[in-house]
Amino acid sequence: MLKKDTFLGAFLNGLIYENPTFTLMLGMCPTLGITTAAMNGVGMGLATTVVLVFSNLFISMLRNIIPDKVRIPSYIVIIASFVTMIDLLMQAFLPSLRAALGTYIQLIVVNCIIFARAESFAAKNPPIQAIGDGLGMGLGFTWAITLLSCIRELIGSGSIFGFRLMPEAYQPMAIMNQVPGGFITLGILLILVNMIKAAIGRHNQARKEELA
Amino acid sequence: MQRHLTITPSPHVRDRASTKNIMQEVCLALAPAGIASVILFGAAALKLICFSVLTCVLTEYLYQLITGHKSTVGDWSAVVTGLMLAYNLPATAPWWIPVVGGVIAILLVKQMFGGIGSNFMNPALTARAVLFISWGGLVASYPNTVYCGGVDTISSATPLALMAADPSQVKFMDLLLGNVPGILGETCKIALLLGGAYLIIRQIIDWRIPACFIGTVFVLYLLTSGFNFELAVKEIFAGGLMLGAFFMATDYATCPLSRKGRILMGLGCGIFTFVIRAYANYPEGTSFAILFMNVLTPLIDRYTMPKCFGEVKKHA
Repeated sequence: MLKKDTFLGAFLNGLIYENPTFTLMLGMCPTLGITTAAMNGVGMGLATTVVLVFSNLFISMLRNIIPDKVRIPSYIVIIASFVTMIDLLMQAFLPSLRAALGTYIQLIVVNCIIFARAESFAAKNPPIQAIGDGLGMGLGFTWAITLLSCIRELIGSGSIFGFRLMPEAYQPMAIMNQVPGGFITLGILLILVNMIKAAIGRHNQARKEELA
Repeated sequence: MQRHLTITPSPHVRDRASTKNIMQEVCLALAPAGIASVILFGAAALKLICFSVLTCVLTEYLYQLITGHKSTVGDWSAVVTGLMLAYNLPATAPWWIPVVGGVIAILLVKQMFGGIGSNFMNPALTARAVLFISWGGLVASYPNTVYCGGVDTISSATPLALMAADPSQVKFMDLLLGNVPGILGETCKIALLLGGAYLIIRQIIDWRIPACFIGTVFVLYLLTSGFNFELAVKEIFAGGLMLGAFFMATDYATCPLSRKGRILMGLGCGIFTFVIRAYANYPEGTSFAILFMNVLTPLIDRYTMPKCFGEVKKHA
């Protein structure tokens, strides 16, 4: 296991070992709400990453100044500032993606990944590691929801990133574009992830026994 | 598990009934409706039933082969699921609809939650709900029978839709014999009543669930229509109510264990069926009502579990 107190360790921890979607099960609201098209997954993930990196950085820098009793409101002010910036930037430069994601962009303010990282990591670690953690968690969230949205878009619309992959005769399964489809896909992905983890665990165990 | 299943005081008599016996009897009870559907809708019905049953059995077999679980294909439960799924489809559905539905029913709803007895919703009905939401145009169409216009004619108004306008448009004999537009297994009420009566006489299902279910719908229609007896009778003979009440709501894994709980289950199914039929956008509410009560079953069980005589109520 990598140490979390280095930049790389914190980064890989979020990207793989403690993936916010598949391990921590945080941020389920956008995970189920917007993952109907692959582009939405990428957009939502990157927007969250930017907010996460900057909020982690600033909270980490201010961690010795913010009084413990008012830390939650202080975090909200910091996070909300960056969400507002991202929201306005997206409205200006990516209006169609902003329209597709709708209110979920503003809801990044209350995304529990960002709160969890602020509370459990940024408030206790120096800025460099906090950036690593924000990047890792953000990109971990991005690839997870992009994978989820690719599957949902393929089955629910017959395409990925708008490119039609299924044959003409394929009739899209509309439930995949609705919330139940999100739950079903996420559930099946979690089964697969847990199976892979269990297999890796068994492999490591076997190697340990071999060495001993 | 054992502790939760024992709900009556001892002594208990060991019965010869096994899962296999019971499932075979359910298949037998479902047979009249299947034969009626083939007579009413022609070879298309037979094709859908075959695809559905085969997919269910094959999915169960392959899943247990791949995961190395003990095979339960021999207990006939997959056959029952396949039959019920097919009975929930219109004769016009393409062949892949029962195939997708069968995989969803067995893999997603039954096996992923632990196999027979562990599913929290009726597999066939859940599959039907998924198909209904996914391919509404293909699954929610109600073709005519061969005897009134032919299967190929575009779906026409179901008896429920007709009755919403004027109950006298629908003939009672047509409802009873099944000569009305609808999905495969729901139209022929004589066949369903025959199968239901068989299951009740053989004590395979508890009469309380279908009786309360159908009774509730009847009473609610009677009350809200100003005691229009004709409408209330026709309403309980229309749509999927009989199929749902006798065969779906009584599924062992997804209905309450105690008598009181089963009465509640029937009441709840009846109320929700009535509410969806009378006030919601969907033409028929039986399947969603049953699914909803399936989800409530653990809660009902919790509050209706009988107490041993003399046992002091535990304060939670």
